[in-house]
Amino acid sequence: MRERRGFSGFLFDRFLPVGTVVLVIIMIWYAFTVILNAPFERDQAARAGTEITTGQLIEKTLAQERPVLPAPHQVAEEIWKTTALKKITSKRSLFYHGWITLSSTVLGFVMGTALGILLAVLIVQSAVLDKSLMPWIITSQTVPILAVAPMIIVVLNAIGISGLLPKALISAYLSFFPVAVGMVKGLRSPDPMHLDLMRTYNASNAQVFWKLRWPAAVPFLFTSMKVAVAISLVGAIVGELPTGAVAGLGARLLTGSYYGQTIQIWSALISAAVLAALLVFLVDLASRVVQRRMGMVH
Amino acid sequence: MSVVIAAEKLDLTFRTNDGPVHALSNIDLEINRGEFVSFIGPSGCGKTTLLRVIADLEQPTGGSISVNGVSPSEARLARAYGYVFQAAALYPWRTIGGNISLPLEVMGLSKAERETRIAKNLELVNLVGFEKKFPWQLSGGMQQRASIARALSFDPDMLLMDEPFGALDEIVRDHLNEQLLKLWAQTKKTVVFVTHSIPEAVFLSTRIVVMSPRPGRIHEVIDCDLGDDRPLDIRETPKFLEIAHRVREGLRLGHSYDD
Repeated sequence: MRERRGFSGFLFDRFLPVGTVVLVIIMIWYAFTVILNAPFERDQAARAGTEITTGQLIEKTLAQERPVLPAPHQVAEEIWKTTALKKITSKRSLFYHGWITLSSTVLGFVMGTALGILLAVLIVQSAVLDKSLMPWIITSQTVPILAVAPMIIVVLNAIGISGLLPKALISAYLSFFPVAVGMVKGLRSPDPMHLDLMRTYNASNAQVFWKLRWPAAVPFLFTSMKVAVAISLVGAIVGELPTGAVAGLGARLLTGSYYGQTIQIWSALISAAVLAALLVFLVDLASRVVQRRMGMVH
Repeated sequence: MSVVIAAEKLDLTFRTNDGPVHALSNIDLEINRGEFVSFIGPSGCGKTTLLRVIADLEQPTGGSISVNGVSPSEARLARAYGYVFQAAALYPWRTIGGNISLPLEVMGLSKAERETRIAKNLELVNLVGFEKKFPWQLSGGMQQRASIARALSFDPDMLLMDEPFGALDEIVRDHLNEQLLKLWAQTKKTVVFVTHSIPEAVFLSTRIVVMSPRPGRIHEVIDCDLGDDRPLDIRETPKFLEIAHRVREGLRLGHSYDD
């Protein structure tokens, strides 16, 4: 297929396929909104002893105050009200909450990536550490984070650490894993010929690392960072749940569920999804820029 | 003539999961300075293994071998040889210039010195102007030339080449064979060359070591005295054909096709 460029390229290669999927999802969403909210309306009508037409039913299911499943336009309206129409510093602004979550996500992501790289380097450089560390790294991820998160928050609170750091630590706990696993693979990815070549030059371990293993691992690093940044966000949100839900997207989810505010829950969910997409996009962009500079993108 | 490589009763057995594999058996060989020696034989005859033993990339399990009068390991530490692999094995994140610079960086040469040598060696392999290109922007033949420039960049005494043109088509291969001969004449280096092409071995070498498999051993060493001036059409001459015939006979006798 001929590659399209510029605006028409964007329109046909990106917007059209993605837009179609979004459209289909919204249609399915509306269908489910009607199906899931209908029993309540029928119940209401039966109690009032009135008949309800299908048209009325659909209209009412799409405009409930506390629906089982809010309609897309309700969520969009809520997001609009809590972003554009609120001051950024307002406690009701999604930007405010998004920023709280974003800052611990980014801090946790940076810490997790650094830890992941460090562990991978240790594992690749030492056979003993490979055997002793790797099982623990895998075990760490089999523990349900939802159970660990409150303990981390409580323990750290007890020693006077609160706020951003405990949440970031939970993000780091989740995000170091894909980076560690990906980087172990990446640092071991040079083919035997490339390694033999270094041996014929009588290169030191450090030279083999910096001139061969590290650059060879860069594509692996970015791939695992894309996974890591998304789960960092999950970690930050999970970390916000046991803090008593003061602020952040996690807090919006929690207060929403306390008060049965499904529209608020869904708008927080959608915001989190958008934030995750944005973060993954940024990592991907960085990946393209770096790999283009390294001559590894053709 | 001084001896640069001397192997005596060399033996190498690989331990594999399927039991021991006798890769080299009782190898006696001397290579003199400035020679162009080819190892030829069917796959499994140990020709690449022998080259790797010379390069200290494999350890023999018996016998002795010296390179430049010392052990292969000491020779490697002294950076006595440049090694060219079957594939160009250029680092994809380095430009052609950067790849040629790699051994020079490892050896700690100054930036100015590195640049002089990159320029000199690019000229030697006819790649002037490609310094800033990345490997994927070059054809297979050009990539292999770049890898030869890389092997020559630190000016080693010896060039060890492991089927360097095996993956290239015949036209490119002919061209590179010619260039390699010119290069050899210019640099006066000792070349040890592994191949499975009879015309290539005869065209390039001063001596041809015919090897046979199971266990890998030297069947015959054939002198290839075609002189220094070897245009491509020397391959049509009776003398060339006669040597090629002897190599082919040697390969046939050394190899049992029944197994």
